[in-house]
Amino acid sequence: MILAAMDWHAFFFWMFSLLTCGFAVAVLFSNNVVHMAFYLILSLGASAGLFFLAGAEFVGAMQLMIYVGGTLVLVIFGVMLTAQSRFVSMKPRSGEWVVALGVGGSLLFMLLLAAFNVEDWRTPNPLRATVTVADTQSTSQIGLAFAGVRADKLEQSDERLRGGMSGYLLPFVIVSVHLLVVLIGAAYMARTKRRAGASEVGL
Amino acid sequence: MGERGPLKPVAEFFEQTLHFPIWLAYLAAATIHCVLIINVVAIGALIFIWMERKISGRIQDRLGPTRVGGAFGWLQTLADGIKLIAKEDVTPGEADVMLFKLAPYISFAASFCAYIALPFSDGWVAQNLNSAVFFVLAVLGLEVFGVILAGYASGSKWSLFGAMREAAQVVSYEVPLGICVVVPVFICGTMNLVTIGNMQSGLFTNWLIFNDPFTFALFWVYFTCAVASVNRAPFDLAEAESELVAGFHTEYSGLRWSFFFMAEYGSMLLVSGLAAILFFGGWHGPIPIAGPTATTLVNVLSFGQGESLVGLSTYLANLMGCINFLIKGFVGVTVMMWIRWTLPRLRIDQVMTTCLKYCVPLAALCFLGAMFWQLFDAPTGNDLTGFNRGSQTESWVETADGDLQQDDPAEAADEAEGGGDGVQAVADPSTDRKTADRSGGSVEKGGAG
Repeated sequence: MILAAMDWHAFFFWMFSLLTCGFAVAVLFSNNVVHMAFYLILSLGASAGLFFLAGAEFVGAMQLMIYVGGTLVLVIFGVMLTAQSRFVSMKPRSGEWVVALGVGGSLLFMLLLAAFNVEDWRTPNPLRATVTVADTQSTSQIGLAFAGVRADKLEQSDERLRGGMSGYLLPFVIVSVHLLVVLIGAAYMARTKRRAGASEVGL
Repeated sequence: MGERGPLKPVAEFFEQTLHFPIWLAYLAAATIHCVLIINVVAIGALIFIWMERKISGRIQDRLGPTRVGGAFGWLQTLADGIKLIAKEDVTPGEADVMLFKLAPYISFAASFCAYIALPFSDGWVAQNLNSAVFFVLAVLGLEVFGVILAGYASGSKWSLFGAMREAAQVVSYEVPLGICVVVPVFICGTMNLVTIGNMQSGLFTNWLIFNDPFTFALFWVYFTCAVASVNRAPFDLAEAESELVAGFHTEYSGLRWSFFFMAEYGSMLLVSGLAAILFFGGWHGPIPIAGPTATTLVNVLSFGQGESLVGLSTYLANLMGCINFLIKGFVGVTVMMWIRWTLPRLRIDQVMTTCLKYCVPLAALCFLGAMFWQLFDAPTGNDLTGFNRGSQTESWVETADGDLQQDDPAEAADEAEGGGDGVQAVADPSTDRKTADRSGGSVEKGGAG
């Protein structure tokens, strides 16, 4: 029976990747800006499904929390606040299509080139049964790596390869401070606006 | 119980005992899980709507429903449901048809999805995710998306106002809610809800709310934020029926409207259940009697043959744990209803003030306090009774000389099994469960779904 012979992991992989790509294309071909945001959310959600399928629950939940949850609530916010009739239905001119195709096409080309240059990715891993799904300890390892300790590199005996031991403390701090600055800036701008308008914001 | 929850054991039961083909076995196991979870949400909503009517009636010195279904009007919700199905499904002319029709399902699906990672008893969870706390919070945050879409797509100003309020409110309250949830996570050292629950076994002094004064204060902040994040009164600004007709669901009717309510009641039970696990010991009762009682019961009923029926006694103990958990969840929901019918609705600026000026600083203060309490190893509630918190932290630990080393999970399990003192070993259902796993009772695994 065909159902018994199917590789269900591959089936779900294809399902989620087709959903991701399909909704991404739908973003491109939709004219309504709110529909675009909606399709974008579905596309990002489906890519979270890919992470769950790979056993990387933490990254999947992160994808849901940050991209689908956080950013897109704000996108909807912005879209709904700014959606005047001119922007609700967007009809790009042919010149804009050409520019977009050029930029997007070259980025896609670079990505594909990089992806096909990885030797391991060209053929499926013959020993798939032995590949451990992103293991249950990954969360604490990620946390420790952000705190500056690469717990997964402790066994590395080669001195030259222990560069990763320093972890991601510096990038993490830089990103955190950056976000803090953005937050304070946003709060500051919101405050001054309200003072100048002196009217109640009707949210 | 499998590492990843009961899906695999259930599927293996179908495959080996009932001789299903393997794909059908997994399909059947997955279907059982989904049906059970959907019914928790659906039947939960059925009961909660009836409870809401009765409680509001009593608070307002009325009787509430009394006639449908005989005593107490317990079939009132079903009658309501039939009425809702019979209603015409209206779509406004101004509406964005696709989004308008999809929005209720998005809300409901988000509320339902979060249950996948919520354990109802030791190991009784559809997917035993290692970062379950994070997953539940992430998915719960998506429910607002349905509300925002509904508000936008209705093509009505009332709806849009409701949606914008909801967006502002939920985005703000996710911050203190996140800080509150982190505290039990760092006390237990894991984000796995099953482990967090099991670490609070023993007397009620082991519950994290009694861990130190800061967690005690933190629970109330969590509960406030949870009420706000599921959009209940006094934070129900998105509906605000005295100002906005019915807010985001003004234009909805019939079954679509009821989906929003199923989502709301589902989320209420979810955040209450999360509170039960994070602060109130999850499926552990205040006094650890479930495990010994089940063992004794099975022993007596089987005329002393209880040793061979350890699977059955484990199952019974887990069933009692599940009942414990549901009682805690229902108490949380009842308190939310009590609050709804007691307090007046806040204005939007008051909602924001509550969040930014009170909840966030309080949560941050309690976070710091609980952190230092852990750091200085100050006495916790369970120090008074001598029960140790279960040693089930995630596997990275700091040894005495400051090195990081990874525990062997199997070794840790052996230690917990062999080294536990008598009282703890009997009181802790997880110990029974591990024993049951070795004997491999497939009957109890089939039932555990």
